[in-house]
Amino acid sequence: MVALSTDSSALRDRRQTARAAHIWLIGLLLISSVASLAIGASGTSLWAALDKLAQGQELDLMERVVLWDIRLPRLVTGIVVGASLAVSGAVMQGLFRNPLADPGIVGVTSGATLGAIIAIVLGPLLPLAFLGTAMLPVFAFVGAWVSMVLLYRVATRAGRTSVATMLLAGIALAALGGALSGLMIYSADDDQLRDVTFWGLGSLAGATWAKVLIAGPIILGALLVSMTLGRGLNGLALGEAAANHIGIAVQRTKTIAILSVAAGVGAAVAISGGIGFIGIVVPHLLRLATGPDHRMLIVNSALLGASLLLLADVISRVVIAPAELPIGIVTAILGAPVFIWILIRSRGVVDL
Amino acid sequence: MLAFEDISVRYGRKTVLKAASATLQSGQVIAIVGPNGSGKTTLLRAISGDTRYDGTVALNGQDLSVLKPWQIAEERAVLPQISTLAFPFQVIEIVRLGAQASTTGHQDVIAQAALARVGLSGYANRFYQELSGGEQQRVQLARVLCQVWQPVVNGRPRWLLMDEPVSSLDIGHQLEVMQIARDFADQGGGVLAVMHDLNLTAGIADRVLLVHAGQIIADGTVDSVLTDDRLSNAYGCPIRTRSVPANGRWFLLPGTNAA
Repeated sequence: MVALSTDSSALRDRRQTARAAHIWLIGLLLISSVASLAIGASGTSLWAALDKLAQGQELDLMERVVLWDIRLPRLVTGIVVGASLAVSGAVMQGLFRNPLADPGIVGVTSGATLGAIIAIVLGPLLPLAFLGTAMLPVFAFVGAWVSMVLLYRVATRAGRTSVATMLLAGIALAALGGALSGLMIYSADDDQLRDVTFWGLGSLAGATWAKVLIAGPIILGALLVSMTLGRGLNGLALGEAAANHIGIAVQRTKTIAILSVAAGVGAAVAISGGIGFIGIVVPHLLRLATGPDHRMLIVNSALLGASLLLLADVISRVVIAPAELPIGIVTAILGAPVFIWILIRSRGVVDL
Repeated sequence: MLAFEDISVRYGRKTVLKAASATLQSGQVIAIVGPNGSGKTTLLRAISGDTRYDGTVALNGQDLSVLKPWQIAEERAVLPQISTLAFPFQVIEIVRLGAQASTTGHQDVIAQAALARVGLSGYANRFYQELSGGEQQRVQLARVLCQVWQPVVNGRPRWLLMDEPVSSLDIGHQLEVMQIARDFADQGGGVLAVMHDLNLTAGIADRVLLVHAGQIIADGTVDSVLTDDRLSNAYGCPIRTRSVPANGRWFLLPGTNAA
């Protein structure tokens, strides 16, 4: 036992690094949140408003609208969507046992988008009025779920995912989703067309408290459920049989993973459209820094995903101010090169 | 006690295992041997729950089909023949995956002790994917040992199921792994291993199940099961067995006809 304790002092434990990262990432999220509230196209100043509040003065109408009705719901949307996309990516990668799985790249986002478009265009014709404003997220969830199940069935045999099949099936799913979406758009009226175009671009600009109240709880639920998947996904990294041997309920883990990704991606797409690359870049960076242990990875992905999406949103508002870029463009410009870098790095390991 | 009764496995219409039965006692190293395609690995896969089967498997008196995976994992660990790993885990992180909720003592200390047991204590922070095949196999053994670190808990023996545990090891490490199995059994646990190397089997096993054409054709001690006629027939080549005069240890010479 003496020899053992000597060993343990020399041992580097990545769990400690990952726990320390919790703190750093919470700090980063706070900074990003302040930046998101403070920076914007209007002349309204967060600091002036806080100053007024501190002195007990009333805010003027402009300040209240900009801060309370525009920037704050946008901040909350950015946090939940960023966290949801990053965690969905981490969970999908664990489920498919592959660092290249990402809701955007393999067609899950397209499925959710198709669901959302169906809700916009065909929704009024369907006897589903009781769903009310929840119809959009519900349809997006169903679209994401169907894509996940299809993808898993096609790409995975006997617990092993073929990378090539997964990526190709993703391309096919995305193409199919795009074509069906096009079909919907073709038959849409002008108002619907404007709504639909918004989903294609991906943006936080349409954030309202009403949308936050519908999608927020779904995403929070998906995040909380994902947090329980850590040990199961770690086990799956050994393969399904070995996971079962160390006591993981494999089928249940897979079902929960698929449902939570579908709910998270569906709700995120419903309020902000298809925002890409967060789901692949964030978990990959964290795996490099603190290792692949999913119990840590999922929490840290939520924090870093939220921060990065807020920062991307700030960039999208600043670059061509007073106009703004769709955030999907910003995340793609920043994320696509990282994705290619990941591909190059994993060429030796991943057998395409 | 590990008991299986009337285990049959079919792949499509082909029956690869027919009504295999045996009751295995803990405290022993039990080897399953047989030629390629005989069904020996299928038997182990059925017992460890990796393949669908007809019949019953009972672990320490409980039917496996009614137990949850985490209940089974507390009492038996399985060492696969081939392991793949998805993400860049470090060696110690792999070993720790074996730890169970009820693992007594400090889980990290047990993980390091298990790693030391397979002679890889200096490898804790190495990346698994960068190791040689033999080293990876020993890391997996350490993970499995971490899972059933104490061979007996509350009077209930734990079981170690191994599928060709020495297939990619050199001769020194083969003996080391066999010694680990021997010690586990001597301390009251049960070991059931699919073995390819009959001479290694003869040197370690307390009991041998010889599988041929999907059936257990012989079951007993080394010298009663591994006989010239039976081996020559099962493996389809002439084989002679002898014992080393010094200590009575059994060994075989393939390709030699009885003089």
